[in-house]
Amino acid sequence: MTETLAVPAPVSARRGRMWRRFRRRPMPMAGLVLVVAFLLLALIGPLVTGDPAQQDYLATLAPPSGAHPMGTDDLGRDAFARIAHGAQVSLQAGVLSMLLAMVVGIPIGLVAGFYRRWLDPIVMRLVDVTLAFPFLVFAVGLAAIIGPSLKGVVIALGFAQLPAIIRITRGEVLAIREMDYVAAAIADGAGDGHIIFRYVLPNCASPLIVQATVAIPTAIIGESTLSFLGLGVQPPTPSWGVMLTTAQQYLSDAPWLAIWPGLMIALATLGFNLLGDGLRDVLDPRSAR
Amino acid sequence: MILRIDNLVKHYGPVRAVDGLSLEIGQGEVLGLVGESGSGKSTVGKCVLRLTEPTAGAIELDGRDITHLSRRAMRPLRRDVHMVFQDPYSSLNPRFTIGQIVGEPLLRHKVADRRTVSGRVSAMLEKVGLRQEMASRYPHELSGGQRQRVGLARALILEPRLVVADEPVSALDVSVQASVLNLITDLQRDMGFSCLFITHDLSVVEFLADRVAVMYLGKIVESGPTAEIFAEPRHPYTQALLSAAPVADPVRQRDRRRIVLGGDVPSPVDPPAGCRFHTRCPLAYDACRTEEPPLHDPRGNGHPAACHLVTADRVPDAAAHR
Repeated sequence: MTETLAVPAPVSARRGRMWRRFRRRPMPMAGLVLVVAFLLLALIGPLVTGDPAQQDYLATLAPPSGAHPMGTDDLGRDAFARIAHGAQVSLQAGVLSMLLAMVVGIPIGLVAGFYRRWLDPIVMRLVDVTLAFPFLVFAVGLAAIIGPSLKGVVIALGFAQLPAIIRITRGEVLAIREMDYVAAAIADGAGDGHIIFRYVLPNCASPLIVQATVAIPTAIIGESTLSFLGLGVQPPTPSWGVMLTTAQQYLSDAPWLAIWPGLMIALATLGFNLLGDGLRDVLDPRSAR
Repeated sequence: MILRIDNLVKHYGPVRAVDGLSLEIGQGEVLGLVGESGSGKSTVGKCVLRLTEPTAGAIELDGRDITHLSRRAMRPLRRDVHMVFQDPYSSLNPRFTIGQIVGEPLLRHKVADRRTVSGRVSAMLEKVGLRQEMASRYPHELSGGQRQRVGLARALILEPRLVVADEPVSALDVSVQASVLNLITDLQRDMGFSCLFITHDLSVVEFLADRVAVMYLGKIVESGPTAEIFAEPRHPYTQALLSAAPVADPVRQRDRRRIVLGGDVPSPVDPPAGCRFHTRCPLAYDACRTEEPPLHDPRGNGHPAACHLVTADRVPDAAAHR
């Protein structure tokens, strides 16, 4: 049903135009730089730093120095190594939970919004009920049920974000299916699959891509929070949330232990949010030129 | 007969949008379906394309009853009927290029393949007065008039036998309206398709339609050849509509007798008993309030009207009243 009826469009030319518009704006570019830096830290950082579990009892709670650029914690572990490995945990939690929410949520939203009938009210009441819980309360509850681990964090955060994704998708679908271009496709004999994948889904892609870039930082904060509360990644695995838990005991003696992970969470979150705003502007063909 | 609608009824919940409407369109004929907003005229168009399911009645396309055909069975017939929409902004998929929009019907009905489609699209774009470079543009890069030409190209590229045009020019600037109307007229003469032209604007119809049907609250109140309707409107509602349309000659415009209708169109949820027009008709009398006048043609010259006052030797004159 998804035979492509596309007359070839100059896609590369379009991409080039989008990139040029994107590059001209300072805030999205700053976001992109932050996100790239975060990705480099998460992907390459662990390779160049030492073992995050390596303890040095002669240098506990040491301030930043040449040997330990971010200082050491109470067990003499290198904070920079732990930040880099923690970035990897954050990236996994952010991206995987976002993907989980998208992969499950978008089809549900599409089907509920497109076919309505009995499915839509059931789905939407469930969404309303789950949205009535604050995001973190919901995530904490799920994490407590699933059990503390990175997998648990991903599943908990993914499902906690699910209602928002379903609701956004369905809302977009409802608006788009009333458009005359959908009526025109039906009048031409297009099948449901073709209409959903070639007409409805591409037209609700921009808000969903933006939502994806919001879902990642939300999940990064969520992972830190769950780990901070002991419901997420378990020590000794380094996570920014776990590092904060330790750091609060030494706030006056070794404030850098709290500052680094806090700063990282803030910068990574900020980067994704700025990038998301920029993408929203660029992805909408109506805002072109 | 390319299209025959028999006693079509479409209710949206309590709203009786179309309430027993019959009409026919012959081969190559243009029928202007005229009515105020809320008269149900767009619903008729949607029913013809099966974009909405009729509540009752029958729709025949080229002698074949399509009222209850499944979507699958309907598919091959869709080559022969197409639609032009009112809003040029929501009728084109913003994610497709103009070439994709116009070429899609060709590919769907396997009339052209990927290699031949762009040639056909260019030819069609030229026919509707667009340069072929437009094929690589996106809808948002076009003006309203250009978009409507794209909509026309999409509707006509399969050379359908019937085109349903739902207010195709009323969203456009007046200056653009004329050029698009001329284009539709030229294409219709050229390609010979039949057309159900839905509009609220009688002056548009005068210039384009072979026959006119006037709708009021889900029913046809009068129909006939365009020249006849304009020369001798029989139903008081038609007379009122005609008197409301301005005339280009200022002297004639000044001396014309105007019929000003009081009030609004009654709600189609609860249409008036008897003649549906009696609440606004200057000539209404007792019978109009209780007895619904049938669409009748006392002179037998293909110009029926649904009014008690129309008889073989008399036509009501709403303007004479007062």
